[in-house]
This record gives sequence, C-alpha cells and structure tokens, in this order.
Amino acid sequence: MDKVYLILALSPLVGAIIAGLFGKKIGRSGAHWVTNIGVAISFVLSLVVFNHIVLNDAPTYNATVYQWLLSDGINFEVGFLVDELTATMLIVVTFVSLMVHIYTIGYMRDDPGYQRFFSYISLFTFSMLMLVMANNFMQLFFGWEAVGLVSYLLIGFWYKKPTAIYANLKAFLVNRVGDFGFLLGIAAILMYFGSLDYAQVFAGAEGHANTTIEIFPGVEWSLMTVVCILLFIGAMGKSAQVPLHVWLPDSMEGPTPISALIHAATMVTAGIFMVSRMSPLFEWSETALSVVLVIGAITALFMAFLGLIQNDIKRVVAYSTLSQLGYMTVALGVSAYSAAMFHLMTHAFFKALLFLAAGSVIMAMHHEQDMRKMGGLRKHMPITYWTALMGSLALMGIPPFSGFFSKDTIIEAVGASTIAGSGFAYFAVVVGVFITALYSMRLLFLTFHGKPRMDEHTLSHVKESPKVVTIPLILLAIPSVFAGWLALKGMPFGDYFGDSIVIFDQHNGLAIAKEMHQGDPWHFLTHSIMTLPFWLVIAGIATAWVLYVAKPEWPGRIKDRLSIVHRILDNAYGIDRLYYVVFVKGSQLLGKGFSSVGDAKLIDGIMVNGMANSIGRFAGVARRMQTGFLYHYAFAMIIGLLVLVGWFVLK
Amino acid sequence: MFDNLPLLSLVIWLPIIGGIVVLFVSRGEAGLQRLLALAFSVATFLISIPLYTGFDVSTPQMQFTKTVAWIPSFNVNYSLGVDGFSMPLILLTTFFTVIVIISAWEVIKKHVAQYMAAFLIMEGLMNGVFASLDSVLFYVFWEAMLIPMFLIIGVWGGQRRVYAAIKFFLYTFLGSVLLLVSILYLYFETGSFAILAFHAQSLGMTAQTLIFFAFLIAFAVKVPMWPVHTWLPDAHVEAPTGGSVILAAIMLKLGAYGFIRFLLPIVPDAAAEFDWLVITLSLIAVVYIALVALVQEDMKKLIAYSSIAHMGFVTLGLFVVFSIFRQTGDTAGAALGVEGAMVQMISHGFISGALFLCVGVMYDRMHSRRISDYGGVINTMPMFAGFMVLFALANTGLPGTSGFVGEFMVILSAFQVNFWIAFLAASTLIFGAAYTLWMVKRVIFGDIANDNVAQLSDVNSREFWMLAVLAIAVIVLGVWPAPLVDVMHSSVDHFLNHIVTSKL
Repeated sequence: MDKVYLILALSPLVGAIIAGLFGKKIGRSGAHWVTNIGVAISFVLSLVVFNHIVLNDAPTYNATVYQWLLSDGINFEVGFLVDELTATMLIVVTFVSLMVHIYTIGYMRDDPGYQRFFSYISLFTFSMLMLVMANNFMQLFFGWEAVGLVSYLLIGFWYKKPTAIYANLKAFLVNRVGDFGFLLGIAAILMYFGSLDYAQVFAGAEGHANTTIEIFPGVEWSLMTVVCILLFIGAMGKSAQVPLHVWLPDSMEGPTPISALIHAATMVTAGIFMVSRMSPLFEWSETALSVVLVIGAITALFMAFLGLIQNDIKRVVAYSTLSQLGYMTVALGVSAYSAAMFHLMTHAFFKALLFLAAGSVIMAMHHEQDMRKMGGLRKHMPITYWTALMGSLALMGIPPFSGFFSKDTIIEAVGASTIAGSGFAYFAVVVGVFITALYSMRLLFLTFHGKPRMDEHTLSHVKESPKVVTIPLILLAIPSVFAGWLALKGMPFGDYFGDSIVIFDQHNGLAIAKEMHQGDPWHFLTHSIMTLPFWLVIAGIATAWVLYVAKPEWPGRIKDRLSIVHRILDNAYGIDRLYYVVFVKGSQLLGKGFSSVGDAKLIDGIMVNGMANSIGRFAGVARRMQTGFLYHYAFAMIIGLLVLVGWFVLK
Repeated sequence: MFDNLPLLSLVIWLPIIGGIVVLFVSRGEAGLQRLLALAFSVATFLISIPLYTGFDVSTPQMQFTKTVAWIPSFNVNYSLGVDGFSMPLILLTTFFTVIVIISAWEVIKKHVAQYMAAFLIMEGLMNGVFASLDSVLFYVFWEAMLIPMFLIIGVWGGQRRVYAAIKFFLYTFLGSVLLLVSILYLYFETGSFAILAFHAQSLGMTAQTLIFFAFLIAFAVKVPMWPVHTWLPDAHVEAPTGGSVILAAIMLKLGAYGFIRFLLPIVPDAAAEFDWLVITLSLIAVVYIALVALVQEDMKKLIAYSSIAHMGFVTLGLFVVFSIFRQTGDTAGAALGVEGAMVQMISHGFISGALFLCVGVMYDRMHSRRISDYGGVINTMPMFAGFMVLFALANTGLPGTSGFVGEFMVILSAFQVNFWIAFLAASTLIFGAAYTLWMVKRVIFGDIANDNVAQLSDVNSREFWMLAVLAIAVIVLGVWPAPLVDVMHSSVDHFLNHIVTSKL
C-alpha cells in the first residue's frame, strides 16, 4: 500500500506543477485535463483506501516517507497515518475536489487565468491531503499553513479587484493568528512529550494527565489544558470560529468554485478534523473541552443571525458555513467527535452543492450576486433549482436528508452532555436550527421563486448552465440526500472510527443518546420528529414563507422597526471595525512611534549623531589649546612641572 | 582527488587574484571584464563544492586545515580550517558572489572593472574570515572586508551614499577596535593567537565579563542587533543591488559567526551570566523591528528591517542553551536552537538576497524604491511577480520554504526555556506576514497603478535564471533541510559541551 498512499498524495501535486509551470505550453485544455486526471486518480485511490481500511478493517497504516530533519535527537519526518478518520477525510476531500475541478471547466471558461486556477486548486488538494494524512505535528503544520497559502492565492485570484487583495491579506493574517497559537501548542508538545509523532504523543498523554505548567509565575495550569487550548486556537483560525471568524465572509471575493472547495467543504473543516484527531489529548482536559464548546456555540448562533440580513447570495452561504462549523465545534466540545465528523462529511456535500449552485446562478446572472436582483429563476434553471433545494433541505435538517441526521445527532449529544457550558450550547444549537431554516428558505425564495426582479436584458439571457456545471451538482446532490441515512448507524453511533477516536466514558453523551433509537435511521427519524428542533425547522420555513412569499412587504417594515438591530447585524457586531482600529491602526501607530522616536530620535539622534556631535564639540575645545604660541606651551609645561614636584614633595 | 589541493587557500586567494586581474588586465573592455569576473567567481564556487562533498560529518575537528608560520616572533600563523559552522557559510559566500556578478551584468555601467573586482576581493576576504583559525589573520580579513564594502556603497550608491558609507564604517569600526583589544588581551594570556587556544584558555569572571561586552558590541553591530542596527537600513538603501545582496546574505552572518567562533566558546561563563541581555535584545529585534518594518515606505528599508528581525532568531537560538542547562542540567533541546540559528542564517541569506535582487529588478526599470510608486506589477511582469510572491512568502516563514525551518527550530527550542520567549518569538508569524505581504499587496497586486508600471517589461532570461536558482534553493532547503543540518551535528554537540563547561 505504500505506493498507493504516495501516488494518492502526489498526483494532484504533479498536476499542479505541470499546469502551473507549463500552463502556456499545454494550453487551457491541457491544464484542465492534467489536473482533473491527477485528482481523479486521488479519488479512485481514496476509494481503494476506504475499502481497505474501513470496509475490510485493515490495521492502521503508519509509516515514514522520508526524514525531513534530525536535530537534537528529535526525528522530524514526513509520513502517513491512515486510519478510519483519515480514510473518511480522503473520500470527502478528493470527491469534492474532483467535483469542483470538473465544475471549474465551465465556471472559469472565459477567465484569462484558467491554467493558474487549475494549478492552485490542485495544489490545494495536495496540501489538504498532506494535512489529513500526516502522522506527526510537523507535517500537520505544513499542511495547515499550505492550505492557508493556497487560500490566500485563490481569494486574491482576481488580483485586480481591490476587495479581493484586501480579503486575501486579511484571511492570511487572521489565519496566522491561529497558527501562532497552534505553533506554540506544538512547541509545548515537543517539550513535554519529546516527540512530534502522533503515536508517541498519544501514548504519552496519560502520563502527563497531572503535569502542570507555569505560564504566569506562581500559577500552575494543567499541561493538557494549555496544550489543547493552544492547538484549538489554531482550529479557531482555520475553522473560522469567533473571534477569528472575520476572514471567512470576506473570502467570498474569490471565485465561487474555491468558496465551495476551500471555504466550505475542506479547508475550513481542517480544525474540526484536527481536534478529532487529537481526541486522545482533548479528552484529558474538560476545561479545554468547555472552551471548545462555548466558542462553538457562540459561532453557531451568532453567525447564523448574520445570515439573515445578507443580500449577496454567496455571503448567505458563507455565514451559514460559519454557523455550521460552530455546530461541528460544539460537537467536539461535548466529546462527540464522531458526530462532528459525521456533520463535517454531510456538510461538505450539501454546502459544496449550495455554493456550486449559487455559482451556477451567478453565471446565469452575468456575475450578479445580489439576491434582490434575482427571483423566479426556478423555471429557467431547473437542475440548479432542484439540486439547490436538496442542498437546502439537507442544511435545514429536513428528514431524511443527510443534514437532518448529522445535525440532530449533534443536538442529542449536546442535550446528553453534562460538561460546563452544555446548557448554553444546547440553547444555541436549538435556536440556531430555526434561524438556519429561516435564512435558507429566504435564499431559495428570493432567488428561485416569485417574480423576476432583474432587467429585461439579463432575463433574456438566463439559461441553465452547461453540463460540466450541472453534472457536479447532481453528483453532489446524491450524497447530500443519502449520506446521512446510510452512515448514521455506523459513523456516529457505531464503531466506525475504531481506535482513531478516543472518548472517555464520562464524556460519552452519544452513548446516552443512542439508547433511545440504537442508531437505527428509522427509529432515529421517528424519535426526532417528536422533538423541539424539528418543529423549529418547520416554524422557520413557515416564517420564511410568510415573510418572503406571502407578505414580502413585511421584511422592510421589520427592518425599519428594528433599525438598531439591523445596524448591528449589518456591521457584523462591529468586530471588523474593532479589529481594524485596534490591530491594524494600532500596530501601525506603534510602528511609526518606534520608527520615529526609538530609531530616529533616540538611537540615531542621541546616540549616533549625538556622539558624533559631542566628539566634534570636544575636538573644537581641544583645538583651542593648540594655539601655536610658544609661551602658552612653556607656561603649561611649568604648571605641569610644579604640580608634579608638588605631588612628590607632599607625598 | 581534492586531498592535495589547498582548497581553503584557493577559495580565499583565487577571487582576490581574480579581482586584481579584472582590475588591471582588461582595461576598458567592459564585456571582457564581466566575463573574467564571472569565470573567477564560478571557478571559486566549483572549488568550494568539495568542501561539502569531502566534509567528514563525524568529527567536530577542524578540517581542510593548513598552517604556515606568518610572523613567528609573535606566534602569528596563517592558519585555516573549517568545521560544521563555517563550511556552509563559505559555500553561501561563493554561491552568492556568482549571483551578484550575474545581477550586475547589464546594470552596472560605471566603473565595471572596479565593481566586479570589489565583489571578487570581498568574496575572498569573507571566505578568509570564515576560514581563519588565527585571530590576527581573522582580524586582518575582518577589517579588510570593510574597504570594498565601503567603496561599493560610496561609489555606486544612491543619493546619500556618503552619509551611509561613513555611518556603516564608523559603526563597524567601533566594534572592531574592541575586538582587537580583546584579541590582544587573550594573546597575553595564552601566548598564542590561535583561536582554538583561546577556546581552551581558562579566564576569571572579571576578564570574561569585560571581554564579553567587547565581543558583544563588536559582533552585535555586524548582526545587527537592536539598538546598534540603525546603520543597516541606511546602508541598504544607498547600496547598489549587489551591495545589498552581499550585505544581507553574507555580511550579517559574520556577526553571528563571531558569536559562535569567539564570544560563546571563549567567555562561556560571562555569556551564561548575561544571556538574558542577549535574549532580550533578540526579542526586541523580533517584535519592535517588525513593527518598524510595517510602516516603511521604501522597499529596501522594509527588507532591511525584516533582516534585523530575522537575525533576532539567530542570536536567540544561540543563547537559549544556558537557561536550558540551568533548568535541566543537560543541553537537550539546545542543539535545536543552535542548529536552527545556523539554518536561519543560510536561509535568510537566500531569502533576503533574493528579495533585494527582486527590488533591484524593479529599480532598474523604475528607478524608485518607494512602495507608493508601484502597484499592479503582476499585470505587466507576471513571471517576476511569481518569484517575488514566492520569496515574500518564504520571508514570512511558510513551511515548505527554507524560511520556516530555522524559525521553527528556534521557537521549539525557546519554548524549553520559557513560554513567553517562545510567545514573543512566534509573533513573527503574524508580524512577518503583515509587513511582507502588505508590501506585496501594494507593489505586486492590484490594477496597474500608473503609466510607469504599465510600461514595465517582464524579467529577461538572465534575471529569470538568477531568481529561479534562488527559488529552487529556497524550496529544496524547505522541503529537505536534512543535508544541510547533518553537517553541523558533530560541531554543534562539541560546541554545546564546550560552552556549558565552566572556565573559571
């Protein structure tokens, strides 16, 4: 299998290099063929790996590819760890990536940067594969930063757009704040565990359960808590959790295919994957789990609110992504790692679908993204409409679509949890369900239903997108519908993940939830539709229908009545503004201060030039003593002699 | 087959002879002068390769040694040798001289022979510094090296070149005098000028303290460390591209090399006593200088400040050992810091050298280094933009490029000392990205800002290959740093054991 894993990881890289460096020579079709084939190979091999590891229960693969560096007796390696967790991620990443590669052929058809775009998304796929296949923290960090890099390149893909190059810098820097914490976490692990290898670190976790670390003098903190929180700061950056979420809405400046691939399905879930991977560490710190839980709950609820008032179709989906990432994080916080991974998987399918459907609409609308100028597209774009509808039903959690199972599993797990913060989290995720239904239906109603609100010219050109666009939509719609039903019994409620996820018995809320339905999809469904969240979804849909179909004049009135609330939401709680003033302007001010006062006035002014000036002044004084008059010198000699003689006599 | 060749003498004297030949043999014919200079620099680079391939990684002993009596009455010898610290730096020097000569090809039109000769002679002198095992010989090379650099800034420099050249000269000269006094003191103690004899000499605490501060000032100026860094931005801004490249890629390393070869092994007890001072200054360099870099309006100044911040990792990595030893009684974890410092030196050489070349490429076309004069360069110079973005990302310490390796190792090592040291050092992840990529945003990305940018032409093949070679070096070193680090292990282990053993 060694070769399989190597080819799986490297074939997108080969595609990226060929399309990137020789894009002109191989031409546009050459570029899309070479990258599509590269990713297709990875996808096929992922199926082979999935069959091998998950279906045939092969033992976990853990081997070194090459030694990166040996220093101080510490072995830094590049290597692969493939278990059930990795195999699942491989399927999700390569499948969505392949869909996006195909879709891009249509979406980017007229773009002058066609080859470059394919090169980037293949490079992204390679980076993401390195991240999920890593068997050590060094490589994890490599993948972690590499996906951030490609995200940077892709958000700024249209480099002439000022908003795009602002957004990509912002995304990179906010991610770097997360990586900063992540790196410190890795450093702490190396110091205490003496290794960066997952297997060795996990094996040593129990031994450090009671180790303390003194970060502030005199205050002892649990090592595991510190390590886990530092690692989670990394996850907050990548998975856009409050307060490091600000980059994700702006990342919508990039082309839509990458919004689907990177900013919905794969990269932003890296944090969720990472915490699941680190479950042997997080289980040792309830404090860290509580932090994870509360951050996730805040993100799930408060980002959902923002989805309600967006007019840009992509931004609605973006805030929805933030909110759904919050749901996954909440699941991590209550130790329901398998539920988080389950939702990660279903969400990857239906959210990629929604983004690509939005992209299809945007294409038809000649790159218009404002929903106020859409409406009635259902008749003109039936495939896009129906697939978007399925994605939305999955997102809202309507049975039996995939999102219903994964989201309700999370809600059940939170309900059964006793960890600090679980009460608030339960409230947040249940209310979030209502909001999710509301903004999802709003999007559908405004875009596809009602009367067309665009001008005549645009309307006359609206047509269904070509096959390269609609086929990926259909292929993504299939798992968006069925993946939940199929995986429910095994993945969150069964032994699907085997030893790759560790849950302590006292944290295992999923086990309590399981007693009610045994993880059977039919029982799960009949049980769930009797509970509050399901009726909140129905209420959300009904509210959306009233507001955007029956009484379309109401939203405007509500907006006027609650103008303060609207302003707060419109400014995204003012967080961007706050960061801009405090961090961007603050560090510039500090830098100017250091530069003009520290360097220019103190060091150069007083020390360097001051010294030069005082030497000059001293020389000026000293020069006067050399008068050139002999009697001055003779006089000085006599005085000197007198002093000398006097000193000898008096001594 | 190279056993019989005096390799170190060749890498010192061949370029110096080459410089003289270029100066006097080919009067007036610029084309011939360029070719001759290139031939000598390539020959020197080729001769330096066996230093790596023939290097015995299993021993910390000096290799390729050569000793000839020079001034017998004072026991001064022409004594050369390299270990795992100096050998990679010599290769870096011979490599970059070739690059610099190529970079000047069509650009330098005034006094071509003198320009080429200055760089060749400087190459020989810098190799001399790295290879000297005798402190007088070291000092002679150390001082002589200032002359060609002084001329490069003073003759081929920009508007305020005289101010910058004199500031550069005075700053470094201040350090040199203190270095000389210390060397003389050590001679009277040991009766020898051999650097290795200084290493073995036991010294009292007072003597160690005085020598420590003399060395610290001498070498801190060269690194440069805060607060003796203000000569560097001025020197870079005024220097021609080649001068900036050599200054950033090689000359800054001489200060750090001085710490490794002189300060730490000669006065280890004083270094242990005052390690907090060096660590503090290093962290100031990382944080304070990064913020200063953020607000620069001149690209060269920005990269110069970035260099100071990155060199902070070198001094930090070298000085974490004492705290680790005090806390654990062992040096485990410290080798990571020292080797990280060495990797950072080599890597910073490639990256900052490349960035200065990039600025040079733009300057040759636009005759401006001001960030605000640019914008949207990617539209007219897409290939160049690719290189510039790559080197900028390497400068932010992106994994997969060489910029990551050294900083990663030093941060891991610093964490063993104290959380907050690692915390401040790791802030480079944010600040480094902020100042570098903000510059890239304003210069490279965006729509075409003005008519001058609209008229830019992309890199020619000379510029392309010059940058491509560096790009390959930056990536290879980032993806597989083991071959570089492996040559250091023995020397680093020996070095660490030596400096944690008291000399009192």
